[in-house]
Amino acid sequence: MTEQRDTSPGMTGPDGKTVLDIDNLQVTFATDGGDVHAVKDVSLDLKAGEVLAIVGESGSGKTVTAKTILGLLPETATSSGAVLINGTNIISLSPARLRQIRGRDVAMVFQEPSTALNPVFTVGWQIAEGIRAHSGQGGGARVSAREAKERAIEALRKVGIPDPEHRVNYYPHQFSGGQKQRVVIAAALALNPGLIVADEPTTALDVTVQAEILELLRDLRNQYGTSIVLITHNMGVVADLADRVVVMYRGDIVEEAPAPRLFAEPRQEYTRQLLAAVPHLGRNSASEGMTERSHQDGEILVEARDLTIEYPGRLGTPAFKAVDGVSFTLSRGEVFGLVGESGSGKTTIGRAIAGLNRTTGGSLKVLGYEMLNMREKTFKPLRKDIGFVFQDPAASFNPQLTIGECIAEPMLIHTRPSDAQARKRVGELLESVQLPASYAGRYPHELSGGQRQRASLARALSLNPRLLIADEPTSALDVSVQAKVLELFRDIQQEFGFGCLFISHDLAVVDILSTWVGVLYKGKLVEQGIGNQVMGSPRHDYTRRLIASLPVPDPGEQSRRRETNRALLGL
Amino acid sequence: MSATEVPVPVANPRESLLLRLPVVSHVRQSVGLQRGMLLMGLVLTGVFLLTALLAPVIAPYGFAQLSDAGGNFPAQQAPGGKHPLGTTVGGYDVLSRVMWGTQTALLVIVIAVVLSIFAGVILGLVSGYIGGWLDRILVVVADAIYAFPSLLLAIVMAIVISGGQSSLFGGVFAAAISITVVFIPQYFRVIRAETIRLKAEPFVESAKVVGASNLRIITRHIYRNATRTLPLIFTLNASEAILTLAALGFLGFGIEPSSASEWGFDLSKALADTTSGIWWTGVFPGLAIVWVVLGLTLVGESINDLNDPRLRGRKRTKRRVPAAPAANAAPGADHESRNQ
Repeated sequence: MTEQRDTSPGMTGPDGKTVLDIDNLQVTFATDGGDVHAVKDVSLDLKAGEVLAIVGESGSGKTVTAKTILGLLPETATSSGAVLINGTNIISLSPARLRQIRGRDVAMVFQEPSTALNPVFTVGWQIAEGIRAHSGQGGGARVSAREAKERAIEALRKVGIPDPEHRVNYYPHQFSGGQKQRVVIAAALALNPGLIVADEPTTALDVTVQAEILELLRDLRNQYGTSIVLITHNMGVVADLADRVVVMYRGDIVEEAPAPRLFAEPRQEYTRQLLAAVPHLGRNSASEGMTERSHQDGEILVEARDLTIEYPGRLGTPAFKAVDGVSFTLSRGEVFGLVGESGSGKTTIGRAIAGLNRTTGGSLKVLGYEMLNMREKTFKPLRKDIGFVFQDPAASFNPQLTIGECIAEPMLIHTRPSDAQARKRVGELLESVQLPASYAGRYPHELSGGQRQRASLARALSLNPRLLIADEPTSALDVSVQAKVLELFRDIQQEFGFGCLFISHDLAVVDILSTWVGVLYKGKLVEQGIGNQVMGSPRHDYTRRLIASLPVPDPGEQSRRRETNRALLGL
Repeated sequence: MSATEVPVPVANPRESLLLRLPVVSHVRQSVGLQRGMLLMGLVLTGVFLLTALLAPVIAPYGFAQLSDAGGNFPAQQAPGGKHPLGTTVGGYDVLSRVMWGTQTALLVIVIAVVLSIFAGVILGLVSGYIGGWLDRILVVVADAIYAFPSLLLAIVMAIVISGGQSSLFGGVFAAAISITVVFIPQYFRVIRAETIRLKAEPFVESAKVVGASNLRIITRHIYRNATRTLPLIFTLNASEAILTLAALGFLGFGIEPSSASEWGFDLSKALADTTSGIWWTGVFPGLAIVWVVLGLTLVGESINDLNDPRLRGRKRTKRRVPAAPAANAAPGADHESRNQ
């Protein structure tokens, strides 16, 4: 892999001072399977006020690189080379010196804000903790508890938490997900570090919240000149925020270029493939040119009328309405895309159709069977007509069974074929999802994520179901793998002609597959229609916000979109 | 999305069955101190097992033998000569008693664990999977048994079962069943907790979606995944079984010396000897107990550490010489990794 270094500055800060300089970094992990070279040879630098994005798929070494910047590698790792922050080499520092640097010179923003905050302390205490830990060090004055709290309030104000004087005493659970991430950023900012390392800061957040956090990070850079190392796999986020991009692949830097140039003219083959695999809203739409709903002459597989699903509340609290008066139909041969953010009830609907959740009101007919007050005994014969693809391919296979046994499981339960028949059918199924038939003898952990999800699809198809429910089938996959799985999914759907409920949080992915799209918001179906009409001219405010906040993988277009949608997003 | 995803350290299931057996795979995985501990535990346990199997061959005399061709054994003879570890006040040969004692100990371990493991695993699977009122009742019962002092329970069981008789099997079963009663809740709890965790796993849900019956889900999907920790509890419980047996024998609820040899009983008989300076009657049965318990515990604890990737030691990677020493490194900065 040749390294393309490009030192021409993208957008550098006023003084252009180098904040971070990584030279020939190598990181090796000791594992049961021998040494793993997570980072092979990485050199990069970052100027003050610059946003550098490190992108790559899982296993590319981007997170390890980020953790090295803060000296956060686990004990099994060995690193060499140099990581200079303001001239100090992090790699050779003692733990005590390292603690001084963390928080003061460099701070980290984690992926999952709800686990990065300690639930038993107030957010003010947690922000002040970092301030007090550094007080009285390096000739600085000691900071009283009162002063620390004032600085915590100041930090909360900086990140746009309303009424910080009051909310500094709140506990993490009293904040929403996006606000929690703001608090995490506030804690990182408490000591005004010149450098923030943000490891997938928006991956765990909904797309509308993601837009806010990206705006906040941009503000920090513009107002305080903070340099940001942004670790992400999301090219839309990169296009939205980054000045310069480093593409990593298997521990090496493949390409380094200013963001606009990387997106416009990627030089390396790997970068080109990566960019081509990113789904782009409005391109490659399944419903392109359609004006009316397709497949309406087919048999109606799922019919929901005023469907309500409630989760019982704890003692004294009312029941939680996960799905609230939803009505839709799904016909044979049609792909129905269900979009929504976390908590919108999309997964609950999918699970209710498969009989994993009970419905509590309205009517839900699945293959003609009324699911309200369903009984497993009477529903069981219908199960062979329903396939289900789960989100996490790693967890949805029994680790003790081979792939072949897993795929044959539905047949063994419903049709009881002979061994030879089952083996033949498994081979056919594996072939139809483009896996070699020899994979039947492998165990799930011996397959990659994408291969496992194909096998999962093969299992769902093993009885030729009339209805397939796919719950976020690609969200655990890398973008290039996702593109291939989506393509396969589309081909197979056309070949087998089953009706499909495709559940996803990603509008662009839904648009590629589904002709009819429903948008869920807080348990209500706020809008449904033909894919291109919903995406192109959304009628409901929420749909408009959802589409506006989805960053497109193109810096120029994204910055235009950002400006036009500023009012809509309330930024 | 974590980029530190390293190859999952699972033993390759297609390796030969021998290499995948619990203890064998653990030995292969271990390094350094952990390996030393595991091997030492295995050696101690191995000697114990061998002695139990070969006791009739290697023990110089029978466990209840008081005389040989040369006449009656002397009482309380110091170690040496015909009796390498001396004799007891009743005239038994201490070495023979210690060796035959391994058989009793092994028998109790096997019976206690076999009796408790089946009941515990089945109850745990059913209770965890079905849940509801059945689960609640079973948990309360298990907790109630926990709340009992286990030795007291064992004494009561010993009286109930053997009714004062103390044949080999009466004594062994009394001890084993009383231990079983205490152990069932342990297996029950562990398996139930695993079952509840596994019940929410997507692969169990995917079996449900497919239409698998509850029995099929429990036996095919949950059972095999829930019983991975059993070798660990097995070894730890085995050492506890020995201690309970010894305590029963020490208190006089064990087995008569004429029916079988039992270390706890010998220890209690040796109590009176200590004041008169006769150390060998107590020290050797005591050492035997320590030996077996130490061996089993070392094996169990090592397996526990090795099963946990965070506690498992690994071979260090060879340090590579830094490719290009950075000229602008901070003064005094050497390239020694802090992780070294």
